[in-house]
Amino acid sequence: MLLSIKDLVVSYGAIQALHGISFDVEEGEIATLIGANGAGKSTTLWSIVRQIKEMGGRVVSGSIEFKGEDLLKYPPHDIVNKLGITLVPEGRRVFGNLTVLENLKIAAYGRRDNKGIEEDFKRVFKIFPRLEERKSQLADLLSGGEQQMLAVGRSMMNRGKLMLLDEPSMGLAPILVKELFENLAKINQEGTTILLVEQNAHLALRYATKAYVIETGTITLSGTSEEVEKNPEVKKAYLGT
Amino acid sequence: MKRFGMPALIGISFLICIVPSWLGWFSNYIQFIITLIGINIILTVSLNLINGYMGEFSVGHAAFMGVGAYTSSLLTVYLLTENPFFGKAILPEELSILIFPISLLIGGVAAAIFSLLIAIPSFRTRGDYLAIVTLAVNFIFKSSIENIDAIGGPRGFMGMGKVVKAMDNLVSFPWLIFWTFLIVVFSIFIIRNFVNSTMGKSIIAIRDDEIASELMTVNTRWLKIVAFMLSCGLAGMAGGLHAHTVTFINPSSYFILQSTYILVMVYLGGMGSLSGSVISAVLFTILLEMLRPLDVWRWVATPLLLIILMLFRPTGIMGSRELLDVFPKLKKYFSSLQERLTNAFIKS
Repeated sequence: MLLSIKDLVVSYGAIQALHGISFDVEEGEIATLIGANGAGKSTTLWSIVRQIKEMGGRVVSGSIEFKGEDLLKYPPHDIVNKLGITLVPEGRRVFGNLTVLENLKIAAYGRRDNKGIEEDFKRVFKIFPRLEERKSQLADLLSGGEQQMLAVGRSMMNRGKLMLLDEPSMGLAPILVKELFENLAKINQEGTTILLVEQNAHLALRYATKAYVIETGTITLSGTSEEVEKNPEVKKAYLGT
Repeated sequence: MKRFGMPALIGISFLICIVPSWLGWFSNYIQFIITLIGINIILTVSLNLINGYMGEFSVGHAAFMGVGAYTSSLLTVYLLTENPFFGKAILPEELSILIFPISLLIGGVAAAIFSLLIAIPSFRTRGDYLAIVTLAVNFIFKSSIENIDAIGGPRGFMGMGKVVKAMDNLVSFPWLIFWTFLIVVFSIFIIRNFVNSTMGKSIIAIRDDEIASELMTVNTRWLKIVAFMLSCGLAGMAGGLHAHTVTFINPSSYFILQSTYILVMVYLGGMGSLSGSVISAVLFTILLEMLRPLDVWRWVATPLLLIILMLFRPTGIMGSRELLDVFPKLKKYFSSLQERLTNAFIKS
């Protein structure tokens, strides 16, 4: 088991956002967490990368284990550098006043091996050739789709074993979303495990192998994506068919 | 431009500033203005690191300048001159040439240490706290100095003129302009290299999105402290120069008015533009001097100019661009010049 979360309770001040959720992500798979607005999907991801404090929240109880080790022991920067868990945040959050290449360089901030960094540039540009064309352009001047590519490329720079994606399809045209997901599948095939958070359940279920449905802070359904897709409740609530 | 442009530019401005002063072609007044321009360049460039590149908002730069000013002038006056504050001189006057730059450096270090005390608590939190804290620091600095009677309190502190005179007696050379020039070059060089390094780019990343840069493992708090200390240290050195140029300092020389001037120069030049900072420091200093006949109306004319600037060019003179980005032709000219020079060099 790569990532295993047990009875995680997270609260923002007096408001409890997660009421003890448990789920596992296995190595090499694409797992997805689907649910409506405010269900606690993003909260889960921010808790995994130990940045929940920045969002004003706090892990009350429960455990997050990565390869059998307690994640909550590690400081936030070690989660990225040592363990290789990276988060592609919601809304892309690229550094607008820096060029594409500088954005990628910052992503490798904690690394000192210049050769490895060069290789990773190539790896990113191979999956997103568009980024190489726009290498020296300011990130603010990229289109939404390109910015999302950059956000994903940025998190590839740390040779992550586990990539967490928060609503990558948000604000993108359908054709771009499809392209992006194809690329995510490619990254997954190269050996990066992916945990995907999506509101677009259709799409997420098509690419994922395993799915969890989260509702107001608790996981209500879990299984392979086929099972979840066939579930009548899910059909009614999320797929609209 | 990369190889020849900068050294050429530095050489030319060195010649323009120092040689005529040395030969006595420039009157004392013009020499004073040149020094003042240099000091303002250091202050503007250094504040631009915090307010422009890092996107924080420091409004108390004058306090750090003041720390440097008091530290270095206390040091030179204490060591080198006979004065009503400390009595007889400790070291012979001949050492003034050596002691003066060291005192500037110590002034800078003192300001940097002082800024560290401010930075540690204020960068714990995010947002606009730095503005409030630095504003308070300005008041704290003024009140503390005013209450230390041993160094003149509100009456101010003087004796730096003797030190400058001692240097001039020993070797007739425009020492103040010389050191100002060196520190200006040093400040621009160090800040330019800093903002072009990965570390400096991370500072811009912090400005764009602090949480995202933390996700990229950038140590935001530590980086902010480093940048703040660097900036305030340079301001401290500028303060030391200022104290020895005006030869009389009092706590209100380094109060809100001075802080505001530095802020105005930063915004006039453009946030995140070093060449903009240099241009605006030169223009603003000369403008203030030219408006001197207006007397009290100067304080009306200057803000008015700022309002006009904000109305018609809110990004400042340069925006966030550098000189060569604005004039691409100049860049081409310089690179072709460099090519020709290189070729000529190879042939010879």
